[in-house]
Amino acid sequence: MIVVVNGTRREIDRGATLLGLLEGLGINPDTVVVERNQEIVPSVAFAAVVLNEGDHLEVLRFVGGG
Amino acid sequence: MTGDGFEIGGVVLESRLFTGTGKYADDAVIPEVCAASGSQVVTVALRRVDLGSATGNVMDHIPKHMKLLPNTSGARTADEAVRIARLARAMGCGDWIKIEVISDNRYLLPDGYATCKATEILAAEGFVVLPYVNADLYVARSLADAGAAAIMPLGAPIGTNRGLKTREMIRILIEEMDLPVIVDAGIGRPSEACEAMEMGAAACLVNTAIATAGDPVVMARAFGRAVRAGREAYLAGPGVSRGLASASSPLTGFLGGEGA
Repeated sequence: MIVVVNGTRREIDRGATLLGLLEGLGINPDTVVVERNQEIVPSVAFAAVVLNEGDHLEVLRFVGGG
Repeated sequence: MTGDGFEIGGVVLESRLFTGTGKYADDAVIPEVCAASGSQVVTVALRRVDLGSATGNVMDHIPKHMKLLPNTSGARTADEAVRIARLARAMGCGDWIKIEVISDNRYLLPDGYATCKATEILAAEGFVVLPYVNADLYVARSLADAGAAAIMPLGAPIGTNRGLKTREMIRILIEEMDLPVIVDAGIGRPSEACEAMEMGAAACLVNTAIATAGDPVVMARAFGRAVRAGREAYLAGPGVSRGLASASSPLTGFLGGEGA
C-alpha cells in the first residue's frame, strides 16, 4: 500500500507500524517527531501505530537554526 | 559576573548571550562555541528529515546543559507557527518557543499581527513564548497582552550583520516594556551587542556573526565578553557627557607657580 512520507509516495507492507517504517528508512526514532495526517504521534506510540493506506506522514527533526 | 541573572519562564539565566546553531561550516565546533561564549540558551529549527541522504544530527553537538529554544522558522502564518511549536514541544525539549512568522522572502521581516495571534494561542497552552518581531511598541504591547515571556526585536534583517539599525525603536521598547527585551537578528559585531546591552537590553541573540566568523570560537568568546561588558556598563550607569572639556586632573598646584 502507499503512504506519503515528507511529500513522497512510498510503498510499504500492509500492517506496517510507524516504528517499522522509520527503522526501514534508517531513522533513529528517538531523534524525530512525527505527524500523521496532521496529528502529532507521541514517540511512545510509534510501535503501536499501524499505518493505513494513504496516510500522510511528516517526519521532522531539529536542525541548526537561529 | 554572578548574581545578575534574569528570569524567563521561571528559569534564571546568568548568561545574557543566546546563540544560534545555524550556518556553521561544521557543526562539530558548536560545543566549543557554547563553552567560549558562556551562552546557556541555543536556538534550533525544525525541518523534514531528508530521506534521500544521511545527514548529521545537530543535537549530537549541543551540550546537554544548554536550554533549547526551538524556533518556528518556515512558518508563514500563525497556524503554521502553532503547528511547528507543538511539534517542537513533542520532541521533549521543554516548552520554550521562539515565534517567527515570515512571509517576506527578501528581507525576512516578521509579521507582527500573525506573531501576536500565535503567541496568544501558545501562551494559553503553557508555552514560554519568545516572539521575534519588528521593534514596534504597539506590537510589543500586544505581545505582552498575549502572554509573551520576552520581546525579541530585530536590530537589522536576519543574517545581514548590519548592527543596531533600529536602535532608537529598541530604546523605546526597553523604556516602555516590563518584559525582557532581547535583541535578535542583525547584530554583526561584539561592539553592537555591547551597545545593545549598554542601552539596557536584557540579552542578545547572535547566530550569523559567530557562525560565519573566520574563527567562530574566538568570535563567540568576544561576544560573550562584549555582552558582559555592556551589561556591567548599564548597571554602573554611564557618566554624563558634555560639550566642553572638563579636566580630569586638578587645575591648581602646577610646577613653578607662585606659592599661596
